[in-house]
Amino acid sequence: MRKGLVLAIAAVLPFAAAGCGEQQAVTVYKQGQYQGKPDKQPWDNDLFKGDKLAWEQAIKARNDIQNETARGTPTAN
Amino acid sequence: MARMKFLADAERCIECNGCVTACKQEHEIPWGVNRRRVVTLNDGVPGEKSISVACMHCSDAPCMAVCPVDCFYKTSEGVVLHDKDLCIGCGYCFYACPFGAPQFPQDGAFGLRGKMDKCTFCAGGPETDFSAAEFRKYGRNRLAEGKLPACAEMCATKALLGGDADVISDIYRNRVLRRGKGSEVWGWGTAYGKPERQPSAKPGAKS
Repeated sequence: MRKGLVLAIAAVLPFAAAGCGEQQAVTVYKQGQYQGKPDKQPWDNDLFKGDKLAWEQAIKARNDIQNETARGTPTAN
Repeated sequence: MARMKFLADAERCIECNGCVTACKQEHEIPWGVNRRRVVTLNDGVPGEKSISVACMHCSDAPCMAVCPVDCFYKTSEGVVLHDKDLCIGCGYCFYACPFGAPQFPQDGAFGLRGKMDKCTFCAGGPETDFSAAEFRKYGRNRLAEGKLPACAEMCATKALLGGDADVISDIYRNRVLRRGKGSEVWGWGTAYGKPERQPSAKPGAKS
């Protein structure tokens, strides 16, 4: 009876220990380095299709709109 | 492209909270989280001054320095963003920030602190541009649409300027020359007074 119990425990033990072999689920943080997902440039999308110049022009136009003193006056460009 | 900055003109702000509303509406910010707010000094006293405050996307951002999980990063435009998947909601950034920008949504019945939320300069986050996941976690990505932050664009008196540092500082300089007063830009020195943070070459050191 006792021998059977020991055998049963010995048979189950490897399965119980298998849990310890799981992969580390905790992120290993490297001090001073961004650990998250990489982000793309604002012009790398379907809208601008990687055209940095077009994006910069769009932003420049929006920047200039904020200057109300120059808004009404005609400019050369 | 120069770096992006915010500039709050205390001489012009009329405390209308249009910037706060624009931000809330644009990103569908939950109740209790204020990415942007208007602070009034000497409220009710003649000569009171109001300024619109949010994350200033500092040159040498203290939140980046103190984050124990290093979830902050800075884009090539100088916008300080963070990865919500990594944030543990510890609140260190809140204590480090001179502007009180980091916000923590209250999760659950016991007032648990959720993941940090802050102004993204309407630049989204580290998710696919215009995706549902990006909107849910970080709000709308206006910068990728070729637009500037909604708060600055919405400001009726143009007290809040946001965009290319060179352009907005030129606008402000001209204003000061015209009106002959109010050259002090609130928070500008605190946010942009220090040189741009460079990644440390020394392994193991904070960037």
